[in-house]
Amino acid sequence: MAVDKKKLVDLYTRTLKVRLFESKVWDLFGQNLIPGTLHLYLGQEAVAAGVTAALKDTDWIQSTHRGHGHVIAKGADMKRAMAELLGKATGSCKGKGGSMHITQFDAGVLGATGVVASGLPIAVGAALSCKMRKTKDVVACFFGDGASNNGTYGESMNMSAIWKLPVIWVVENNFYAMGTPIAWTCPSETIAQRAEGYCIPSKVVDGNNAVEVYEATVEAVKRARAGEGPTLIECRTYRMKGHSRFDPAKYRPKEEAEYWLSRDPVEIIKKIAIEQGALTEKEAEKIKKKLEKEVEAAAKFAIESEYPRPEEALEDVFAEVA
Amino acid sequence: MPVMTYREALKQGLREEMQRDERVFIMGEDVGKNWGGAFKVTKGLAEEFGDERVRDTPISENTIAGAAVGAAITGMRPVAEIMFGDLITLAMDQICNQAAKMRYMFGGQTSVPLVIRTVFGGGKNIASHHSQSLEAWFMHTPGLKIAVPAFAYDVKGLIKTAIRDPNPVMFFEHKLVYDKKEEVPDEEYLIPFGEARVRREGDDVTVWGTFLMVHKALEVAQELAKEGISVEVIDPRTLVPFDKKTLIDSVKKTGRLVLVTEETKTGATTAEVAAMVQEEAFDWLDAPIMRVNAPDTPVPFSPPLEQFFIPDHKRIAEAIRSIV
Repeated sequence: MAVDKKKLVDLYTRTLKVRLFESKVWDLFGQNLIPGTLHLYLGQEAVAAGVTAALKDTDWIQSTHRGHGHVIAKGADMKRAMAELLGKATGSCKGKGGSMHITQFDAGVLGATGVVASGLPIAVGAALSCKMRKTKDVVACFFGDGASNNGTYGESMNMSAIWKLPVIWVVENNFYAMGTPIAWTCPSETIAQRAEGYCIPSKVVDGNNAVEVYEATVEAVKRARAGEGPTLIECRTYRMKGHSRFDPAKYRPKEEAEYWLSRDPVEIIKKIAIEQGALTEKEAEKIKKKLEKEVEAAAKFAIESEYPRPEEALEDVFAEVA
Repeated sequence: MPVMTYREALKQGLREEMQRDERVFIMGEDVGKNWGGAFKVTKGLAEEFGDERVRDTPISENTIAGAAVGAAITGMRPVAEIMFGDLITLAMDQICNQAAKMRYMFGGQTSVPLVIRTVFGGGKNIASHHSQSLEAWFMHTPGLKIAVPAFAYDVKGLIKTAIRDPNPVMFFEHKLVYDKKEEVPDEEYLIPFGEARVRREGDDVTVWGTFLMVHKALEVAQELAKEGISVEVIDPRTLVPFDKKTLIDSVKKTGRLVLVTEETKTGATTAEVAAMVQEEAFDWLDAPIMRVNAPDTPVPFSPPLEQFFIPDHKRIAEAIRSIV
């Protein structure tokens, strides 16, 4: 499948936007401006970019504990996202969620969840809802290699298959569940093999290559919208940082880390876009400058925003009964 | 006014809501054509509304609950059934970490209008995995509403309110009240959450309880009336929101309180209610608050063991007499 030039620029822009956002987050975290912990998306940007570039605005994504990249790539407002990470009242969750629950419903994000593998059943329900309401929208559900060891994986694969639901299961296989290598906890060579028993077609792609992710997602979305059911895409990728804030990831073999870290998702999509004549160095730089400005503005907004009043802790437990 | 069973009244409520709102659908294990629900509550609804809206599921409790969450936040009004209350343990993450917390942790961006129906209680000799009463677990989870209907009239009005509520509602039933009959209007009515019902008025002692224990308390009250003891019986109907006023007003009138549920005693809803009443009405109490619960054991199988486990008329009467 040939990816048109406009889409290549889109893929570059989305990948870079996530990179710049996350780099700024890391920077602010270093300045003690972000409370709690972080699971950075650095290194996996091409997955979120490739998947979301194949979706419509009205399609949904289900995110994870490593969710900043998903949300930003889907088109969330960066100011409200950054403010949420800083625990500010102007955050998308009014400072009640933070990094692990970073969510913007109006951008088509069903939620980011702190419980590994808990997003899969929610994606099943959202897809069932799309099907019952006949909206033709689809749901892309991100989860990690580690999540595929949880019971909800089997339950959700099965339910989505028997009901032919419009779901795209996106496994981000970064080869580690915290510090545990996937080879220790999964007997098969790929996560994709696990979909076979549920009669779900699957594909393994280079998760650091936004074009590969995009192409696989386009196919999966096509099947989903046609009512042919779910597809699983295994995106093989790697964390640039450790699992969470203070993890130097020393458990990863040197050669393995060097190999993956030499394959920068931003550089890969930039090279492809330039080679295909979709972008010049100068244009790429211009896009970067523009995004940097947006990210700076988001950081400034977040830093200057007020914290919530303490008593706001009591609000939003229940919705008002009409 | 027609007399019908709790089961029929509940089904009538479900049917009315499905007719009224096409977003409402039922899903769960064996809720459809072949079975009609383990306790036959949904029998006939699949024929009436189709397999899509009365949807049989695989045995996947956590994903049944999670799918209800996903459907609820995207515009549907799911009513998910967990076949036995004991099996809700398999769905706890989706209920307590997702449904209950989503609105809060996303800062009010969404609400989760779902109903999870399940059934508690012993008395059928089906042992430790099919007989428990676990309502207190959910009372301890902010973000969930809890309905505990014990009568046919209440179950119809409450299920309709539950389905229309924009929040997750745990709708708990009891195995031994499905066949209890009462007058139930054919026409539509709603029962607001947070309004207890005084099932019998009395002056000497207040008995507060749930499910089958309300029925037992009423029978005990009738017996004790012959001894000259006047018992007021209160059914909360919902645990969250909780109608404090009706209970506190009653305690201020009688000065005595006995709490009766089928839960194991430690950490039961009765413990919470006792603490709340002593905080708010200590000066009106003329005697210690008494609790009548099951012992702190799993639910046993053999009939004499199970009968010993479940609070009976005798224990309720003894608790009342001990403080009057």
